Amino acid sequence: MENETPAIALEARDLTKTYRMGTVEVHALRGVDVELREGELMVLLGPSGSGKSTLLNILGGLDTPTSGTVLFRDRALLLGRERAMNLYRRNHVGFVFQFYNLIPSLTARENVALVTEIARDPMPPSEALTMVGLADRMDHFPAQLSGGEQQRVAIARAIAKRPDLLLCDEPTGALDSKTGILVLDAILRINRELGTTTALITHNAVIAEIANRVLYFADGRIVETRRNTVQRAPAELSW
Amino acid sequence: MSSLDRKLLRGLWQLKAQVLAIALVIASGTALLIMALTTIEALEETTTAYYERTRFADVFARAKRAPESLGRDIAEMPGVRLAETRIVDGAILDMRGYSEPVVAQLISLPEHGPQLLNALVIRSGRLVDPNRPDEVVVSEPFADALGLKPGDTFDAILRGNKRRLQVVGTALSPEFVYAIAPGGLMPDDERFGVLWMGRDALAAAFDLRSAFNSVTVSLLPGADPRDVTRRLDSLLAPFGGIGAYGRADQTSNWFLQSEIAQQKNMSKIMPTIFLAVAAFLTNMVMARLIETERREIGLLKAFGYGNLAIGWHYAKMVLAIGALGILIGSLLGAWLGHWNTELYTQFYRFPFLLYRPSPDGFVIAGAISLAAALAGSLFAVRRAVRLPPAEAMLPPSPPIYRRSWASRTALAGALDEPSRMILRRIIRWPVRAFLASLGLAMSISVLIMALQWVDAIDSLVETVFERGQHQDASVAFGDLQPIDTVRGFENLPGVLAAEPYRYVSTRIAHGHLVERQGIIGVPQGAILSPVFDNERGRIEVPPDGLVFSRKLAELLEVETGDTVAVEMLQGHQRRVNLPVAQIFDTYIGTPVYMDMAALNRLAGDGRVVSGLHIRVDEPSRSALLTRLKDIPNVAAVLFRQAAIDTFYKTMGETIFIFIGFFVTFSLTLSVGVTYNSIRIALSERARELATLRVLGFSRWEISYILLGEVGILTWISIPLGGVIGFSLAWYMTSAFETELYRVPLVLRDATYGKAALIALAAALTCAAIVRRRLDRLDLIAVLKTRE
Repeated sequence: MENETPAIALEARDLTKTYRMGTVEVHALRGVDVELREGELMVLLGPSGSGKSTLLNILGGLDTPTSGTVLFRDRALLLGRERAMNLYRRNHVGFVFQFYNLIPSLTARENVALVTEIARDPMPPSEALTMVGLADRMDHFPAQLSGGEQQRVAIARAIAKRPDLLLCDEPTGALDSKTGILVLDAILRINRELGTTTALITHNAVIAEIANRVLYFADGRIVETRRNTVQRAPAELSW
Repeated sequence: MSSLDRKLLRGLWQLKAQVLAIALVIASGTALLIMALTTIEALEETTTAYYERTRFADVFARAKRAPESLGRDIAEMPGVRLAETRIVDGAILDMRGYSEPVVAQLISLPEHGPQLLNALVIRSGRLVDPNRPDEVVVSEPFADALGLKPGDTFDAILRGNKRRLQVVGTALSPEFVYAIAPGGLMPDDERFGVLWMGRDALAAAFDLRSAFNSVTVSLLPGADPRDVTRRLDSLLAPFGGIGAYGRADQTSNWFLQSEIAQQKNMSKIMPTIFLAVAAFLTNMVMARLIETERREIGLLKAFGYGNLAIGWHYAKMVLAIGALGILIGSLLGAWLGHWNTELYTQFYRFPFLLYRPSPDGFVIAGAISLAAALAGSLFAVRRAVRLPPAEAMLPPSPPIYRRSWASRTALAGALDEPSRMILRRIIRWPVRAFLASLGLAMSISVLIMALQWVDAIDSLVETVFERGQHQDASVAFGDLQPIDTVRGFENLPGVLAAEPYRYVSTRIAHGHLVERQGIIGVPQGAILSPVFDNERGRIEVPPDGLVFSRKLAELLEVETGDTVAVEMLQGHQRRVNLPVAQIFDTYIGTPVYMDMAALNRLAGDGRVVSGLHIRVDEPSRSALLTRLKDIPNVAAVLFRQAAIDTFYKTMGETIFIFIGFFVTFSLTLSVGVTYNSIRIALSERARELATLRVLGFSRWEISYILLGEVGILTWISIPLGGVIGFSLAWYMTSAFETELYRVPLVLRDATYGKAALIALAAALTCAAIVRRRLDRLDLIAVLKTRE
């Protein structure tokens, strides 16, 4: 990866985002430029409210910026066009959230199937679940799974459609370190084995060590970018 | 099955109690609509089939005494298919075990061959033997009420001659589907019966050999009944004809047709109200349910599900709930329809019942209910689809609460924090609070409307029978009697007072409008049975001119001061023009009154009476009754108390049963609204309440916060429900107005109270059920994750 520079998968230029929260005007993003290369694992680090989630939501087509553009494989996303964004999410993006967001009334397998049913070239739900180490828990309901297992179902759900982008918002935020490591392992494995371009939000600086590149956020801006020369394996981490 | 459908099914299962509550509301409306539609269909089909099979006549006429040869002339009139002459008269029966005289109508059967028209349906035994003059067939309801069976005998007074008659069979007749005594208002099977005897036997008893006094006619297709009626009148006029009339004016058929019309009325009003409430409720519940599902909606959108797919997903949820409601409603409606029709066949005596509901009723009801449910939730689904995904994924941002004017008042200082929370929530979402209150108010208003019938009927009976009439009994004579007869009656043992009346069958015309309506002559200073206005009370009849009931005035479009053409159908059959002197309001029938002396002058029969009202000294009652049976020419005796009793009994068999339905359905509404309001409030606030528990609030304290809001909304809904209920009751009473009776708009305070108490009880029950869930609130899990 160091010898040849992969193509740019996703690029954002001069993104700003302002919204009102109650009576307060919040400047979530104040001009952010960022690019993600194919197969790269990027970590966004920063305190809460620094704009990481807003950026991730915009990159994933969940939210629209107040100004700025997003290019996916050199083509501008039609931000604000609901149908176009819907297709973009359906065909290219996989999400993992802090609070798993599983559908409680569906089993692990069915939660994954929910996404594979509308995807163009999905893998079987069982394969996705096997990849995250849940081959034997497929027919359990979310309530019967531990937090780490639930998060791994969420990852399986995100990657089952073989997305080009995997966007993870605090995937270990609600987990203890041991479980968190299992989850990071799963994400890293997807990143390596499927070559899925991955962006991961965390406020835990230790986790940043698994990334190719780390962006530091503060007050709606990227204040520092760091490239890890050595990517550490999740098993080596502890927090 | 797709995962989304699986989610739908499990979601429905999880919400089963709420789903059932909404489905039951939809089912109520559907069931009522199906019941009404299929009952109408069955009644109409049964009536048509019965009339066809028994050759029910199209035109009926009476005369005093017409020669038999005239029968052939009638049969040859243009437009007439068949004509059958007969003898019809009244008799007083002396039934063993009954002190009160029983009134009977006697009708002749042809000596040879079957009846051409109005054929009897023999229910037990056989028809009479022409050679045995004392054999009779009795009407089945009368036989049932008195326990008569073939072989039994009883005494009858025919024109003053006592005869012993033997029952040989029981039968039903299309002429007496609704068997009502002359001058009566409701069927009274214990005191009125129909007897069929051989023609010769009756001719001998009533001195009508080679003559007839009644003729019935069936028409050729396309013949104009009015034309035949006119010709029949002119043929019968020289023989004391009393005005022919068509099927529409035949008493039994008239009642039956008004009942069908009433059912049609009901099928429009009641289900509409229920379906409107169901649509409103579905909307309210779906809106809040979808609000609680916003995270999942955002998630589905994040996965790339389109608006259409998500909209369809929630529409399917509504359709599933609606379909469940319609299924329950259809089953319930079909059962109720059958039951209701059966009720009618007991009340209206049909020999058979055709309950073959066509799919139409179910399709109409199903489509309307589903459309109402979908329309109700369309808005909520549209809003769900419009939610931008990133926003949907976030928990809704904390609502902005402000210190309102209310919190600056002195009262606010006295409130504790939980109460403040309740009030602030209501003030923060006034529309939502109002809608929840409105839903409850709707259920209260339907209860009020249903319970109002009891008040209305009580008031009707009180006005008509208690304030308006003071006689204990009314005696009707077979023929006109000289006015001196009154004195004879006054001298009978046990008679405290007697007051005569005169009755003349007439046709009253105003312009092109004509009504067949008898005029009642009332003596000056009448007190036992005066003309009685609902508001003004007793009215003195003016020396000349007519006193019209308002309904008749409306039918003929007359006002005070107008002149109407009166054609007397009895005696000298005079035609006179008379002014309308006054119009008064009454709840029952369409009567018209006149001064008795003036009526006698106009009729030209001298100073005569048709009957009299008497007041009876209670201790001498039974002695008097025995005497009455022996007085010649008494055709009927009607007792006021019996009239009240049968009125209530009849109402009990019909209206009060419906009230029971409506109360049940209103309860369904109450429970539907309350339960859903509380359950949704719980799912909206589970985190907040769990947080409070963690902070040290007790179960009862958080219950207070959750249920206090519903409590306040319920209190608000009571006056609101009162106002809506009054409007509904007003609408119902005006929509149910018929020629037979008008129901007064009377709402007792107790009715409001009862409705409020029932609604409160429903709210309390629902609150108790939901409160149990609060005890099981998993504090840690709720706080830790958002699953």
